Amino acid sequence: MRARVHVFLKAGVLDVQGKAVENALHGLGWSGVSDVRVGKTVEFDLAGSDPAAAEGEVRRMCETLLANTVIEGYRIEVV
Amino acid sequence: MKAAVVVFPGSNCDRDCKVAVERSTGASVHMVWHAETALPPDLDLIVLPGGFSYGDYLRCGAMAALSPVMAEVRKAAERGVAVVGICNGFQVLCESGLLPGALLRNSALKYVCKPVDLDIVRPDTRFTRAFGSRRRAVMTVGNGEGAFFADADTLSRVEGEGQVVFRYADNPNGSLNDIAGLINTGGNVLGLMPHPDRSFEAELGSADGALLFQSLLETA
Repeated sequence: MRARVHVFLKAGVLDVQGKAVENALHGLGWSGVSDVRVGKTVEFDLAGSDPAAAEGEVRRMCETLLANTVIEGYRIEVV
Repeated sequence: MKAAVVVFPGSNCDRDCKVAVERSTGASVHMVWHAETALPPDLDLIVLPGGFSYGDYLRCGAMAALSPVMAEVRKAAERGVAVVGICNGFQVLCESGLLPGALLRNSALKYVCKPVDLDIVRPDTRFTRAFGSRRRAVMTVGNGEGAFFADADTLSRVEGEGQVVFRYADNPNGSLNDIAGLINTGGNVLGLMPHPDRSFEAELGSADGALLFQSLLETA
């Protein structure tokens, strides 16, 4: 199985990187762009064949290391 | 006084911290590699130094917070040993949950490196009592992710418990409530973004950092 974890700053936490990218896109003429958020994706192979169990495992990884839940939220895909 | 400086791969202020503590207090300072599973006995102070532990991979301080030695630092903190995290060390303390909140990218997206004026909000802690009646100190900051953040509930609790020890007189990085340094509720774990280890002799532009380390002599 392949796990894909998307980590983003929570709504309400100022994403200065997102703000800079937004300003750059506006400068290039894409004036309809708003609320840009820059996050990261962590992908890895995971042994086993039960997607539900894997998702629980990945959730524990997120809470322990992959995300800092003080400032970040995460979304998990197992495929 | 007996102190230890933890050395993570990527720490770059570990030597500065050793020299600063030695010259400020006359303490014997042990360097402790992050993979150690025991700390020297009878420590009065543990310093988590500045730098880029583990290359700041994933998040600043995230990997270091899970280092083997941090389990020992946590136990020592629970016993009441003084722990100070400076810059990257402050990030490690927040990541490990020993201090509340987190440090975010500076609001102007720039690495800020300059001397800053600090208001000493809590002159009565074991880290600040040598400042006496002074309410202002000068230390150097050098960071790209130094903006303190906590959610509204945590922030009001931190303020209510009087955990803010230092505030920036002129906020350089977008820190909430101008927070430059804060202490745990037990009063023995301090994290700050400014560097007392770069401000401990007049030749460095300020000797105020020495007072922070000297404050600890009273409880050593």
